[in-house]
Parts: sequence; C-alpha cells; structure tokens
Amino acid sequence: MNIDKKIVDDLVANDVSFVTTVPCKQLAGVIEEVDARENIFHIPSNKEDEGMGLCAGAFMGGKRPAIIMQNTAIGVTINTLATLTQFYRMPLPMIISYRGELREPVACQVEMAVHTKALLAQLNIPTYHFHWQDDVKELDNILKYTFMCNKPVAILTDANFWGGYGDQ
Amino acid sequence: MIRSEILKEIAPILNPHLVVCNIGLPSQELHMIDDNERNFYMLGTMGLSSSIGFGLALAQDKPVISIDGDGSVLTNLGTLPTIANNATGNYTLLIIDNGSYGSTGDQPTYAGMKTNLTDVARACGCENVIEVQDKDLGPILQQAIDSDEMTIIVCKCDSGNIKLPVITLDPVVIRHRFMEAVKA
Repeated sequence: MNIDKKIVDDLVANDVSFVTTVPCKQLAGVIEEVDARENIFHIPSNKEDEGMGLCAGAFMGGKRPAIIMQNTAIGVTINTLATLTQFYRMPLPMIISYRGELREPVACQVEMAVHTKALLAQLNIPTYHFHWQDDVKELDNILKYTFMCNKPVAILTDANFWGGYGDQ
Repeated sequence: MIRSEILKEIAPILNPHLVVCNIGLPSQELHMIDDNERNFYMLGTMGLSSSIGFGLALAQDKPVISIDGDGSVLTNLGTLPTIANNATGNYTLLIIDNGSYGSTGDQPTYAGMKTNLTDVARACGCENVIEVQDKDLGPILQQAIDSDEMTIIVCKCDSGNIKLPVITLDPVVIRHRFMEAVKA
C-alpha cells in the first residue's frame, strides 16, 4: 500500500480541496502527492497558525480544508485552535507527523512528543494515533467524523507508521 | 485621522463586500459603524485577519477585504510571502498603520519606528503595494476592490481610540451569517 496516495485519496473522497502544509521529513511524500493533485489547492504556510487562518477562511468560502504539519506545531497553535477553530466551530482535520515517538533519532523531538497528547486532551481535541500502516484504514471515518462535528481533529502519525527513518 | 474615523469614511465602500476585520477595537468600531452579515469579526487570534481573508478569497470569487493593523501584521509577518506567492485578484489587504498597538493601550509598534511595512510587503513579493495617507484612502480602496489585481494598502494614520463596548454576538452566529452572505 502506498500510504501517501491512500491519505490523499481519502482527502479527495471526502471533498477536501484546500490543503495547507508546513513540511516535515516524514510528510514529504504526502505533501508531494497533495501538490500533484489537480482537485486540491495546495498552499504552503510559513507557520501553522497562519495555515489555520487560511483554512478558516477557505471553510467559510465553501471549501473543506485540511492542514498537514508536525506535532511541534501544537505548541504554536493552541491559541488559534481555541479562539478561532473551536470558538467559531469550524472543522479542521490535522494530519500530524508525530515526531519524538518510537524510532525517533532526534532527542529534542521527544521533548514536544511527551506533551503532544496531553495538550490535545486538554483542548478536548479528538485524537487518533496511527502507529501501524493498517491504522490508515481509519482515516476515511475520521474525516467524515471531523466534518460531521465541525471540530479540529488530530491524526498523529509516528515514525513506525511511516516505516522509520531509513539511513538517518 | 484615527482608525475609527477612517472606518466611518470607508464604511460605504466596504458595505457591499465581504470583510474580515481584525481583533479588538477595529472589529468593535466596524460593528458600531455598520454591522452587517458580510462582516466577519475576529473576537480573538491576533494576527490572522490577513490569513482568514486570503483563504476566503482563494476559496470563492467574490471580492474580500481584510482589515488588519500594523501590530497584527508584525505578529504574523509570514502572511505576506504567502499572499505574494499565491496572489488572487479578488483580495485586498488593508493595513491600517497607526504605528501602535491600539487595542492594548497604544504601545508603539516597530512599524512606527524603523520598520516600513510598505517596503516589507514589496520585499516579500507583493507586486501591487500602495502607501496612502488616511484622508486619501477612499478612492484607492475602491480602485483596489474594482481592480482584477490583488492590492496591499498601507494606510498611514494617527494612533488613538474611542471607547466602545465589546462585541457580544456569539461567534457561531457571526460565522453562520457570514457564510450565508458568502453563498448569497
């Protein structure tokens, strides 16, 4: 199974047509796939809160948005999630590279990893953790759930899910 | 002129269009001057007026004006390269540059010192950046809305505030009626 393709197929099948991204090594393939699709408008952001603003506007303009980012961004975007996405009750699937989990080679990444789920829980953000490749089968349901309830929803995808870091 | 005087003057130009308005006093002032369903008031999230308005402009064809401030643009400076590199003709970013953080007590911003937001916007790749003095804004804004080219307007004005109550509209109501106006 090509995970990158499967993720973007599910986005398209759920009418997600506006995707903003802040890169991560693990997400390079899925970002490339997003960029290649004609039925998705891909707009890279310089920072994740900016990206959430773009997504809020796109949603109000009638498009279904999504953001692709690293879990370190949870530390950057708490105010935006609380005072924009949640306060105005907007849907936002967040496909998140869960750095600092099992098979992580960079120690500093663990420092945000240990806070990631706690912060998401504190914000009452529904959170799903993809650890095995098969977990991606849940993505279609998660996207439907997100646009049903108009909430931000986190999908944490760790290094094991992506097949490790290769030579790093 | 101070910001509330400017907003009063341009309200008839803004009225037919979708407007995303910056947090704090700018939204409170616009709400007082000309509350209507085409205004999206930001009740929080300093810095994102330009991003929300730009996302909206990219998602549909109607003209969109983001009202921002110099302090808010400095908070989200990364917005300018994003806007520059994905330009869309139905978008106008109006930066009301009074050189101060008005809603928090008029503390000076760097835009009122050495930093020139007009130059910053151009350096970020924005191709149509107009710096204008407060009293001359109206026709420039109208032209920007009517034009097929994305425009960034930096409107220089005095700092100063009027006393106003906070907006008590529920955020979901603001969002819902705004989305209905987008669809209309």
